[in-house]
Amino acid sequence: MSAPSATASASEPSFLVDQGPRHGLLAWLTTTDHKRIGLMYLAAMVTFFFTGATIGIFMRLVQLSSLSHMMTAQTYNALFTVHGVIMIFLFVIPGLPAVFGNFFLPLQIGARDVAFPRLNLASWYFFMAGAVLAITSLFTGGGPPDTGWTFYAPFSIKTGTNVTLAVFAAFVLGFSSMLTGVNFITTIHRMRAPGMKWFRMPLFCWSLYATAWVQILATPVLAITLVLVILERLFGIGIFDPAKGGDPLLYQHLFWIYSHPAVYIMILPAMGAITEIIPTFARRTIFGYKAIAFSSMAIAGVGSLVWGHHMFTSGMSLTGDMIFSLLTMIVAVPSAIKVFNWTATLYKGSIDFQPPLLYALTFIFLFCIGGLTGVMQGALAVNQHVHDTYFIVGHFHYVMFGGTGIAFFAALLYWFPKMFGKMYSRKVAYIAWFPIFVGFNMLYFTMLVLGLEGMPRRYYHHLPQFDTGHVVATVGSWILVSGLLILFGNFAYALFKGKKAGSNPWGGPTLEWTTASPPPQENFATIPTVTGPPYAFPVEPRP
Amino acid sequence: MSLQASAHAEPRDDFGAKLGMWLFLVTEMILFGGLFIGYSYMRSKYPAEFHHAGSELNATIGILNTLVLLTSSLTVVLAIVSLQRGEKGKTVAFLGATLFLAALFLVDKGIEWTGEIGRGLYPNAPHLATLPPGEQVFFGLYYTMTGLHGLHVLAGMGVLGWALTRVMRGRISRDHAVVLENAGLYWHLVDVIWIFLLPLFYLAA
Amino acid sequence: MTEQTKSMVEHPEESPGYGTFVAVWAALVVLTGLLVFVSHFGQKAAVWGLLTITPLKAGLVFYFFMHLKYEGPLVKGVVFVALGTLLIFFALTYADVAFR
Repeated sequence: MSAPSATASASEPSFLVDQGPRHGLLAWLTTTDHKRIGLMYLAAMVTFFFTGATIGIFMRLVQLSSLSHMMTAQTYNALFTVHGVIMIFLFVIPGLPAVFGNFFLPLQIGARDVAFPRLNLASWYFFMAGAVLAITSLFTGGGPPDTGWTFYAPFSIKTGTNVTLAVFAAFVLGFSSMLTGVNFITTIHRMRAPGMKWFRMPLFCWSLYATAWVQILATPVLAITLVLVILERLFGIGIFDPAKGGDPLLYQHLFWIYSHPAVYIMILPAMGAITEIIPTFARRTIFGYKAIAFSSMAIAGVGSLVWGHHMFTSGMSLTGDMIFSLLTMIVAVPSAIKVFNWTATLYKGSIDFQPPLLYALTFIFLFCIGGLTGVMQGALAVNQHVHDTYFIVGHFHYVMFGGTGIAFFAALLYWFPKMFGKMYSRKVAYIAWFPIFVGFNMLYFTMLVLGLEGMPRRYYHHLPQFDTGHVVATVGSWILVSGLLILFGNFAYALFKGKKAGSNPWGGPTLEWTTASPPPQENFATIPTVTGPPYAFPVEPRP
Repeated sequence: MSLQASAHAEPRDDFGAKLGMWLFLVTEMILFGGLFIGYSYMRSKYPAEFHHAGSELNATIGILNTLVLLTSSLTVVLAIVSLQRGEKGKTVAFLGATLFLAALFLVDKGIEWTGEIGRGLYPNAPHLATLPPGEQVFFGLYYTMTGLHGLHVLAGMGVLGWALTRVMRGRISRDHAVVLENAGLYWHLVDVIWIFLLPLFYLAA
Repeated sequence: MTEQTKSMVEHPEESPGYGTFVAVWAALVVLTGLLVFVSHFGQKAAVWGLLTITPLKAGLVFYFFMHLKYEGPLVKGVVFVALGTLLIFFALTYADVAFR
């Protein structure tokens, strides 16, 4: 990789310093700087994540026999709905692309901003509007929605709770996601620095590219499905209402045409971030660059074809069952390719065991459990047994939390010094890992076991035979959250009191490490010219 | 949605703006695609009922509206040709004609809906509830799809009207044509969607 | 995906005249007439008309009015990906619906 002059940019003020005519909060709210927008997403999302986690804690508390009457069944229904809506639509789906994608996509391809900076800000406002609507739906109308995050018809069109507003919130959030996708694809096609050929792009950018395509191609289907639910509730158009000749199975098809690909919107950028972290700390170029790039595209492609595996017990035709089962097995292949490539990169590497690598390896471990339990459910016979049990809940928390959530933490640990120019305490980051890892597995592995034993999901109370499992899981949730508090307390402390981080504290090879920490507003003093592959070691030391 | 160049001192990228517009159109195509999936799903479930319910609609207005929209697409594309030739007066005239045709389409649509609603053919109507389930679904889809399309016509009118004022003020010109080209792309897509709606609803009988 | 193309062809300087587009418009009107005509020959003919003439009309609008003819492979690829995706969504939904 070539050497753009980092010295010149060091003298420029960072993007955190107001440079326009406006100051303070107003300067942030009207910014079109991709880095500031990324940080605004980060602030919002961390808030939503902890809100969702708090609700999760309460959901676990109810399952302790002694506290089983702390809330009504209706409240419990509302809690699992709101927990799902917040975590999925406000944290996991937008998490990595909106925060790290916004911040690092232009930096990694050597651009000054995304292709449509004002549209980018508009996306953030759509996101916040959706979030406000979702929160408003809790306190207005007929009370918080109680359908589960899937809004399954016909219950969602019959229940008296405030589903209309919650569904509209998800619609607005979808808009934000689509526009971000449009922006990123255009950015990658049009804004790459001179010499940044497709196969010289960092793999995080490849994963964002694949994700953006899924955002564009799948999200509109969710949008229209949600519009239909709203119209159903307002005017009774009857498309999902069996009493009028409608078909709830059509709802399930349309919903999962989006919502299964959405799983790949969640996991692809997470995989991309892991792919950045591993070569940096193995001090070794990535193993199988093209295989990883193409597997991202393959996951995006095949992942859009497997939605029917959510409907094996819904009354779909047997032919449909078999086709979707086969496709589900196939989608595991490109994911496995990535895992092999990551581990092969570590082999004979000169490993520098820093916190980001620890969390990245945790991702691989937890994601493997999540992925393999997913393949299990892809088999039709097993699916009949575990459908709608805690096994499903355990599985998707391994993928979404153990996968995307942990990757989010790993990415934050990796890029925090670049984003804020401060270094957190690495020791505390190691310490936080223990309760996170132990609590996570106590909570969710127990759920896998409970599910196989027959504990149904979304039940308010359980049979006595599941008592022990529920106690273990609930205690696990406390341990997990205490770890999260340590982790984020560490970040908060570092924001104010952290030691200054240099421009390249980890010895990272990609372009974002060639500019100052935090980067100047224009990212690079001069746009770099790229002459080689992205993961070239050793990285030349810089002033 | 205005897809405009960077606020930073970036060189203008017309092709990027057009690419962004096309990607946005992809989302619109898929949005209506979801409805088309729903339509074909229901039609394969209730072929006879869809056939019968389709005969309740006014095919003449449907065909007339098709011609109106096709012509409005032509005027938009001619507006772009005249812009590229620097014939500003013609551009304004063609865009004005487009807006007129779009309004005509909506008026037709309004007359049509009024007639059907008057005959008790609307969701939750007592009369509709007495019809077989398949026909109720047909009308649910009819109002949803033509209604959503109507909203897109309205949005298209907004975009084209805005473009018209910019042409008049000289902000859109031969060398700054991409905004009008993108507005035109949006309008053509609205036309394409109607091209599909015509046989699905009006000619199904 | 097919977006590997590097050639970001800007649209050519000389653009087609009024005549081309009026001719396309006339073709669209004729096809509409044909579609209406065909649909009088019963359900089956109407469905075949829907499946053949309608995409042809949409294709004309895309190709000429929306200037796809004059775009490079990237924009064409974008449209191709969108249509391909829709087609697959249809096909897989029918994997269920057609075999109930």
